[in-house]
Amino acid sequence: MGSSKNLKRSSWISSSLLLDLRNPSLIHGVGRNPPAVLENLKTHSADCRFASTKAGDERDLRFDNDENQVLDFPGGRVMFTYQLKFISESPEKRADCFRVLDDNGQPIAGNYIEQVNEEVAVKMYGNMVTLQIMDTIFYEAQRQGRISFYLTSIGEEAINIASAAALTIDDLIFPQYREPGVLLWRGFSLQEFANQCFSNKADHGKGRQMPIHYGSNKLNYFTISSPIATQIPQAVGAAYSLKMDQKKACAVTYFGDGGTSEGDFHAALNFAAVMEAPVIFFCRNNGWAISTPTSEQFRSDGLVVRGPAYGIRSIRVDGNDALAVYCAVRAAREMAINEHRPILVEALTYRAGHHSTSDDSTKYRPVDEIEHWKTMRDPVSRFRKWVEGNGWWSEADESELRSNVRKKILDAIQAAEKAEKPPLADLFTDVYSDIPSNLREQERSLRETVQKHPQDYPPDVPV
Amino acid sequence: MARALKSFGNRRALGSVREFCTSSSSPVQEQRQHPTDGKKLTNLFSAINQALHIALETDPRAYVFGEDVGFGGVFRCTTGLVDRFGKHRVFNTPLCEQGIVGFGIGLAAMGNRAIAEIQFADYIFPAFDQVVNEAAKFRYRSGNQFNCGGLTIRSPYGAVGHGGHYHSQSPEAFFCHVPGIKVVIPRSPQQAKGLLLACIRDPNPVIFFEPKWLYRLGVEEVPEHDYMLPLSQAEVLRQGRDITLVGWGTQLSVMEQACNDAAKEGISCELIDLRTLVPWDKETVESSVRKTGRLLVSHEAPVTGGFGAEISASIVERCFLRLEAPVARICGLDTPFPLVFEPFYMPTKNKILDAIKATVKY
Repeated sequence: MGSSKNLKRSSWISSSLLLDLRNPSLIHGVGRNPPAVLENLKTHSADCRFASTKAGDERDLRFDNDENQVLDFPGGRVMFTYQLKFISESPEKRADCFRVLDDNGQPIAGNYIEQVNEEVAVKMYGNMVTLQIMDTIFYEAQRQGRISFYLTSIGEEAINIASAAALTIDDLIFPQYREPGVLLWRGFSLQEFANQCFSNKADHGKGRQMPIHYGSNKLNYFTISSPIATQIPQAVGAAYSLKMDQKKACAVTYFGDGGTSEGDFHAALNFAAVMEAPVIFFCRNNGWAISTPTSEQFRSDGLVVRGPAYGIRSIRVDGNDALAVYCAVRAAREMAINEHRPILVEALTYRAGHHSTSDDSTKYRPVDEIEHWKTMRDPVSRFRKWVEGNGWWSEADESELRSNVRKKILDAIQAAEKAEKPPLADLFTDVYSDIPSNLREQERSLRETVQKHPQDYPPDVPV
Repeated sequence: MARALKSFGNRRALGSVREFCTSSSSPVQEQRQHPTDGKKLTNLFSAINQALHIALETDPRAYVFGEDVGFGGVFRCTTGLVDRFGKHRVFNTPLCEQGIVGFGIGLAAMGNRAIAEIQFADYIFPAFDQVVNEAAKFRYRSGNQFNCGGLTIRSPYGAVGHGGHYHSQSPEAFFCHVPGIKVVIPRSPQQAKGLLLACIRDPNPVIFFEPKWLYRLGVEEVPEHDYMLPLSQAEVLRQGRDITLVGWGTQLSVMEQACNDAAKEGISCELIDLRTLVPWDKETVESSVRKTGRLLVSHEAPVTGGFGAEISASIVERCFLRLEAPVARICGLDTPFPLVFEPFYMPTKNKILDAIKATVKY
């Protein structure tokens, strides 16, 4: 650990100095003995954020010549200034957002398109549509009272599917809860989704968690938990293990804009930077944390600007552009694994659905806004335009896909609904690796009670 | 925030001298004169240190990490580990308890032994969510698809004579209320080594509270080899007829003194070290109380909602007709842990002795 500290630090210095140079008043209104400093700065003003080690070393040598200019502080040298100047609370310009396709699905960054071939593109589109249909039908199932809860990913299909497509199955997923598409891409069947939502005995989680709390050991998708952001530091620990095992894989953790206000987010980014863990922090900045808009969540320029403060390389991407998400995550993965470093990806998107089935978002945000994002900025139709434009997709393909998927989901729901609930014994297992005596006693006692008062208990749980 | 008493572990001025309980009834002095093969007189922090060396030596997937562990830890428990096992397996973390536990869960979930240190039990609360909602439920919520059983959280707890609010607390009861984790507290060096190794190798997440008052206060013969002591098994330290005393950690030495004084007055006390608080060995306590008909529980944590309440209720449920007196609880007061008033706050020997006599005479 710590091998690339110097590089990061010198890069940081150069970028903050660049900010100074943009303000002419600072250059003219200089204090005592500044010209040498400014000369140095000008020399290196072309340094980008990730300047080479060589450039950094040269600069350091020059600083050595004038001890009055530099504070040799633990953690690295710091330049002195004679200007009482605070670092601005916000950059002059908001961070750019990477996109490959325009709103009409037309490529604007052609050199990135080649990364996705026909087979992958068609599979991506198929998965995006499947996710959309699954959300629609499961949402309705909840409205009909067949399942207790549901939560859609509408509007975030590109984030779900494209980020998954850019990874390999060996990469570990630490999800929040609005990323079922990653699981879908990895091969979780529609029946498995339905089994979880109906809490039947085939649910991998044995009916213990609310609907949508999926998990799959086989698919390296860690089981979802409801608390916000708790998965983020866990992803760092898992990533550290991958690094120690010299695996060609990274950990990827997803979270929303709201989750970035949790302490766990800060803890995780800081740990990952210090431990040099190969982890991708994927923030779905969808504008809303239930009813709280980002303007009431934070005052930074979104999330992307926070990465450098932790020493983490970061990118902002158009979350409704599947190709942009794919390219960004693929590049992030390469860097994370090959350079043993965390990467922060902020995807700008919009939660086009309600937070969950327990929420009516029209109570706190304009219907026009929702409609605009649903129609004008829908990531699925935008990607379709590109796939169609390439001649890889037709109207006939579309209707066939939709009717197939719809039928499969309805069948899965029917089967899941009919399946038995998990047996009562599953209430007591897995609390510990073995059942301790107090739980054995409680199980025995509960079984007696159930026999005595069967009417108090759901008849569909086998006792 | 855990920096205030950085030199804590080096201090020798620990107020009144406490002896720790040994697993046999022979006094420490006697053992000093007859050390047996393969055993060395060792204090508690060194016993912990030995256990950590063995844990890292015997399992290449074991890691030790936490605030300041790299240079040996503020209590010296991790001394020498970096030199022997390298900074990739033994490392400092940023000062962030929720990060330490969250990171540890992820590390453990990959099949590693993640041995995390929280510098003082008083500072474990930022990690409460990771312990309660994550570590404890990791296996259950996934239907046993995933587990973080390799996670062990070590943390010094309890009074030390001058620790005030934030270097003295005994927060074990909070964690005893959480299905899915185990809580273990050793009373002596020999116990600490064997129990810690058992915790590290147990396939469940464990919180291991170390009695910091005992880190340097006296020694005990500790086998040099790799050994484990069973979890969820209480140990009867002293056989008796008239009353059962149950405790854990540092408090056992105080209780032992009370037992000795009670014996002078003809009262025969049975003393039990619970060792594992969750899941606890109800059977051993129950069979003892069936014999003595009386129970006293003692801990440093505040009496209300302390784990003594759970023991008391369980024993009343099981031994109601056998009990000849109310269960006595001699515990900390329901105040924050007070610096200058510590001698008043503490469940001292004479408070226990008085309660023994009152219970026996009830």
